[in-house]
Amino acid sequence: MRLNVTVNGEPRQAEDVWPGESLLYVLRERLGLPGSKNACEQGECGSCTVYLDGTPVCACLVAAGQAEGREVRTVEGLAEGEALDRVQQSFVDAGAVQCGFCTPGLVVAAHDLLARVPEPTDPEIREALAGNLCRCTGYEKILDAVRLAARR
Amino acid sequence: MDFLRPTSLADALSAKADQPEAVPIAGGTDVMVELNFDHRRPSALLDLTRVPELATWEPTADGGTRLGAGVPYTRIITELGARLPGLAMAARTVGSPQIRNRGTVGGNLGAASPAGDTHPVLLAVDAAVELRSVRGTRVVPVREFYTGVKRSVLASDELITAVLLPRAGGPQQFSKVGTRNAMVIAVCSFGLALHPGDGTVGTGIGSAGPTPLRATEAEWFLTGELADGDLWESPKPLTDSVRRRFGELVAEAAAPIDDVRGSAAYRRHALSVLARRTLGWAWQDYRTGGDQRCA
Ligand SMILES: Cc1cc2nc3c(=O)[nH]c(=O)nc-3n(C[C@H](O)[C@H](O)[C@H](O)COP(=O)(O)OP(=O)(O)OC[C@H]3O[C@@H](n4cnc5c(N)ncnc54)[C@H](O)[C@@H]3O)c2cc1C
Ligand code: FES
Ligand code: FES
Repeated sequence: MRLNVTVNGEPRQAEDVWPGESLLYVLRERLGLPGSKNACEQGECGSCTVYLDGTPVCACLVAAGQAEGREVRTVEGLAEGEALDRVQQSFVDAGAVQCGFCTPGLVVAAHDLLARVPEPTDPEIREALAGNLCRCTGYEKILDAVRLAARR
Repeated sequence: MDFLRPTSLADALSAKADQPEAVPIAGGTDVMVELNFDHRRPSALLDLTRVPELATWEPTADGGTRLGAGVPYTRIITELGARLPGLAMAARTVGSPQIRNRGTVGGNLGAASPAGDTHPVLLAVDAAVELRSVRGTRVVPVREFYTGVKRSVLASDELITAVLLPRAGGPQQFSKVGTRNAMVIAVCSFGLALHPGDGTVGTGIGSAGPTPLRATEAEWFLTGELADGDLWESPKPLTDSVRRRFGELVAEAAAPIDDVRGSAAYRRHALSVLARRTLGWAWQDYRTGGDQRCA
């Protein structure tokens, strides 16, 4: 099947897509966008989080065929040219990145939180990031990064 | 594999009639896990996310709610917290924000896992499931919907189109045991609804039997106690012995097994605690929450 999907504002096409493969597979393997990570393929880790029509979802749980004609925004689409988005910059500044595998998903989830709730409380931050696992940082620096981004 | 993408309910139903083996996919939070791990290779997927009729809810003439099968949990929480308090509570405990943005009650019913979080509430409030096919529409009480482990009365040419929930005439509760707050498949769960209008109560038990279960004896016991003490009219605090007995009867109604998430004995014990506590909270609500009293 040929898949048409708008990714980070650009209309894209992928050929020979198996309609039951995941949107995550399409992004990484067919469209050359490896920012979204594949860690569990079962919705547990959040490292594949992308916006689908403006809503954060696990790309591993969206069937390619379901993405036809939809708009996807990945972590690659958050920066404006060379300038990092404030959430990305805050992850760098707060030292919230160790191995970095969880980072793209956390950045998208935090980006969505701040778009909805500009000044989130700590419980709101924890709740918004509850679907994203990090095996390195112990989360404290990630919370710092989100608080920092909210202040910027 | 065929990928069917109907854009109306009529088209979806005729697609399902033509290809009954097609697997419906709504939020995909159950279906995609099976596909990603090669547990399932259906000959066709039937995408329901473009069927507008499934993605809406509306009030019914009798004050209840008709909830489209494809309304995701996030919308139930943000739009229906007041109309459907018990279901919204259960929805808040499902997975994570990303899962709640996609997952639906239709999918929870379609999967019919005994651990599904909506089932105890749907049982407690005595909801009904609307099933449609090209043959017509039938409305099945949720209490008759589940037939076995991950089995239901859904026929191969049917789709779940909506859930019909009566007006919440009194407090509702949902509680679930798991290892953390997010991303937890229930070790066991319990739903409770008080119905001051007709003086009854409803219950639902999750993850403690081959299907979601009702605790009928517990319902009768509590209905009787509340009537005998004239407690709906002059609501006094419930005695410890009433709450404890209610918990015991709920635990007795369960049919749990030992598995990786917990032992049968633990589940029974935890259920008696959940039942006792949710009853305490719901009754406290009834005694103090004036607006919900006038059912
Ligand atoms: C990480 C993770 C965490 C989870 N946590 C929870 C949790 O805490 N509690 C919980 O209850 N569940 C949980 N689940 C399971 C799942 O999210 C729920 O069961 C959800 O309600 C499924 O809805 P869906 O729309 O995604 O279903 P889908 O995956 O699209 O479908 C599920 C099943 O229902 C069928 N189906 C879907 N819609 C219809 C319809 N309209 N008519 C007929 N059949 C239909 C499908 O064919 C399939 O068999 C979790 C899943 C994941 C991946
Ligand atoms: S890879 Fe999608 S949630 Fe883990
Ligand atoms: S930085 Fe390594 S998993 Fe989060």
